[in-house]
Amino acid sequence: MLRTRIIPTLLLKGSGLYKTVKFKNEVYIGDPINTVRIFNGKAVDELILLDIDASRDARAPNFELIAEIVSEAFIPLCYGGGVSDISQIDRLFKLGVEKVAINAAAIGAMDLVKEASAIFGNQSIVVGLDFRKSLFGRYERVVAGERDKSRLEPAQWAAKAEAAGAGELLVYSIDSDGSMKGYEIPLVKAIAEAVRIPVIACGGARDLNDMVEVVEHGQAASAAAGSFFVFQGKHKAVLITYPEEAALAAVFKS
Amino acid sequence: MITIVDYKTANLGSIVNMLKHLGHASRIAETPEQLQGASHVLLPGIGRFDVCARNLRNAGFVDMLSQLAFERDVPILGICVGAQLLTRGSEEGDEPGLGWIEADTVRFPELDDKNYKIPHMGWNIVSPRLDDDLFTGFDVPPRFYFVHSYCMQCDMQQSVAGQTHHGIDFASAIRRDNIVGVQFHPEKSHRFGMQLLNNFVAMSRSRKAVSEVMG
Repeated sequence: MLRTRIIPTLLLKGSGLYKTVKFKNEVYIGDPINTVRIFNGKAVDELILLDIDASRDARAPNFELIAEIVSEAFIPLCYGGGVSDISQIDRLFKLGVEKVAINAAAIGAMDLVKEASAIFGNQSIVVGLDFRKSLFGRYERVVAGERDKSRLEPAQWAAKAEAAGAGELLVYSIDSDGSMKGYEIPLVKAIAEAVRIPVIACGGARDLNDMVEVVEHGQAASAAAGSFFVFQGKHKAVLITYPEEAALAAVFKS
Repeated sequence: MITIVDYKTANLGSIVNMLKHLGHASRIAETPEQLQGASHVLLPGIGRFDVCARNLRNAGFVDMLSQLAFERDVPILGICVGAQLLTRGSEEGDEPGLGWIEADTVRFPELDDKNYKIPHMGWNIVSPRLDDDLFTGFDVPPRFYFVHSYCMQCDMQQSVAGQTHHGIDFASAIRRDNIVGVQFHPEKSHRFGMQLLNNFVAMSRSRKAVSEVMG
């Protein structure tokens, strides 16, 4: 059986990597190529690279930079950010990207998800869903920085994405982002219970126990994190780390 | 030189990048003639079995590959569907495979287990058979990255170079002398993949001759 995948999420802004808190307050982490090289040396399971400005600025992925990053990533890499048509997705796969995440373009009837999964296979298409809790305690999807007005529940969004052909869901809690206070388990659970495809949980991890928690109680298939892999100590000094395989094998039943 | 068969069914970028990182020069063959003089041949493949099998035949690669494999004993490594092409055929399609290794490609069975999913996607352990030079130099059980819904089953245990468990035991590496196929993606499997590619590059044409002498 497969061990639960533990995935660093790297946020690209311009040509640098940053870490956010609640999708704001970006702190510079480092050069993406060098960071990916370090993670590669630490034998990570997979990497998620998200361009956090692309959709907001309505621009295409930075293919030149992605090509450079991929040439140092001898691991499966999932790219998201600004993906809005089939030709971009095709180009990303040709560069050696393993999976493409569609987020802002996964709205309405999710036609791009349908088309992309039919062409490239479900396993290579991820749908990214970002949620924030409203004042009334409802989870609202946020698309390219704007609150979605369709009032669909997380489970409904998840079911739509699965029906459109997504092979995986990347569920990001904006409130938990950078908090290092644990995952938003009720959100992850509501989504995981609504679909059969694997759910990657992101936002809030402070340690491996949080990851075990979101797998056991949130039913996530994989645990992704940012701060946990790039910050060290209470002053959050930048240090790239990744648990040893023995530590992962000990906490995650394979 | 290491030569990668380009029959338009795989993205070669990752493999070229990894070989380059390891310091091995490689080139891409878009026609059978460009395979001339290859020291090692890589046969990658992703997507549907029939599309891969048809593309390989239509591009005219089969005769040249067979000449390299059987007359010149050049080491050949099939990756993912490229490995499945070495079997007689696949339940995924109707096209015959090359049939160079006595094996079939079959769909993973449906099992009633929530943790068992198809496709088999992610990292899994390969248990290599003892003393196979494709798997030397690993200090821990090697882990590789897999993405597939069909798997290889060999007629004879002696064709199985490595075995993996996902619901069932299947052959994650198959081999007949200088002809090798791996179901996983060494080019996406960081240090384990690098070691395996180094091992493959270290395989020389003499192996078959040696095994014949040894009986």
